[in-house]
Amino acid sequence: MIVLSGIGVVILGFALRLNPLVVVAAAAIVTGLCAGMDPVVVISALGKAFVDNRFMAVAWLVLPVIGLLERAGLRERAKTLISRMKGATAGRVLMGYFVIRQFTATLGLTALGGHVPMVRPLIAPMAEAAAERQTTLTPEKREMVRANAAAADNIALFFGEDVFIAIGSILLICGFLAQNGVNAAPLDIALWAIPTALLALVIHLARLWRFDRRLGAKK
Amino acid sequence: MIGLETIYVLAGGMFAAFAFSHAVDRANPARWRSTLFWGVFATLLILGSYLPHFVSGVMVLVLVGLAWIGLKPGPDATTDEQTRKKSAARLGNALFIAALAIPVVTLAGTLAFPHFKSLVDAKHVTLIALALGATVGLLLAMSLTRAPLSAAAAEGRRLVDSIGWATVLPQMLAALGGMFAAAGVGAIIAKLTSAAIPMSDAHVAQTITVVVYTCGMALFTMIMGNAFAAFPVMTAGIGLPLIVGKFGGDPVVMSALGMLSGFCGTLMTPMAANFNIVPAAVLELKDRNAVIKVQIPTALLLLFANTVLMSIFVYR
Repeated sequence: MIVLSGIGVVILGFALRLNPLVVVAAAAIVTGLCAGMDPVVVISALGKAFVDNRFMAVAWLVLPVIGLLERAGLRERAKTLISRMKGATAGRVLMGYFVIRQFTATLGLTALGGHVPMVRPLIAPMAEAAAERQTTLTPEKREMVRANAAAADNIALFFGEDVFIAIGSILLICGFLAQNGVNAAPLDIALWAIPTALLALVIHLARLWRFDRRLGAKK
Repeated sequence: MIGLETIYVLAGGMFAAFAFSHAVDRANPARWRSTLFWGVFATLLILGSYLPHFVSGVMVLVLVGLAWIGLKPGPDATTDEQTRKKSAARLGNALFIAALAIPVVTLAGTLAFPHFKSLVDAKHVTLIALALGATVGLLLAMSLTRAPLSAAAAEGRRLVDSIGWATVLPQMLAALGGMFAAAGVGAIIAKLTSAAIPMSDAHVAQTITVVVYTCGMALFTMIMGNAFAAFPVMTAGIGLPLIVGKFGGDPVVMSALGMLSGFCGTLMTPMAANFNIVPAAVLELKDRNAVIKVQIPTALLLLFANTVLMSIFVYR
């Protein structure tokens, strides 16, 4: 039971709004110590795990490109493009992105999107430009539009990619079931992801539609 | 052959350039803090495979300490809005070509690299393709805007400063996951939750077990920040012994909908930093939980839907 104290550290740390990096590192150390590891072993395990997960840092390689293009006016260009489109609203921009993102994810094209390469330089500015025509965009509303842009990317990706048979989660399920003596074809598992994918589409598009109406109503 | 180590050197080199850019920035009073932070991170990326794990661990703690003291971004040296508007009008849609080159090249590389096994490490095609996509995008952007490499470093540093410590949070969370696994946290959680299911009436127990499994997947994913970590624990602890073993449920339906229930948890937790905390930083949101707040209603509705779908179809 005592090894669960790491979870307590996480909950307490987030509740006290401490720096998440500090909270997570503290939780890792507490968990290790409570499991009876030597402090040197705990720090070594932390270092090893951090180094083993360096692949996560590779995605940041896009930063200089996005930075350069922003300097050259990429966000402004994205805004101009949207403001020339008749009938573009923040909700419709995000609904359009959601549909494209989810559809491409079901085909396994998970790389076509993401927060740094797509949402920040293109989708969020487009949605903001459209919202500016619907209403006077207060800082709070701007924040809401941006948060919705990030959420659309996440939800479309999560519930789209599981329909594609070669994705990590499906392979993990098959591997795990096989270890436990159950033979399951990736296609069957992907098939059972379709109802939830459709529901995610319907539910989130409806919420974006409502968000759009609320945004336009308070003129 | 191009493998992961090459890519780590490339990424580490980029962060070293950010550190250097801070070091020469006399206008920022806290410049050494940032220099040290990005310098240590660059060193971990480049030399991670060669350093003793204890040394890496101490360096990780240095990162945490610096983040706690607080990183301050340097003053922005980027263009003003007037210049950007003029530049946007001049370059037009060509700007999009450079931006979209990243995903297109990544995709093409992912599909093509497996045919060049002697050139590219086949196990890591996507990451290598992503690095290639970023490089192609950078070359296109530089030739398009006629900007020097130093401008690319300065602009990249501007972005990484706005993201700050959140840049290394996903890796720290992965480290916590490793520690949880080593300490056996998952097994205890599975034992506690399965002990909570009443077994008196078979039909009621079947439904309750489904609810405990889907909600447990979501909750445990919120604790771990990752549905992949929660799935084996919850499925070995509750799904296989009870839903499949005791009640004869369909393992395919159970695991497909169980994993998707975990994804609902991912949408609701700051522990899924990659998807929830990092984008809040990337989009420069004041409320770092703003993305989570938007996602919660969709996540809860989908968790409910998954639970209903599973209780209808798993025992069919």
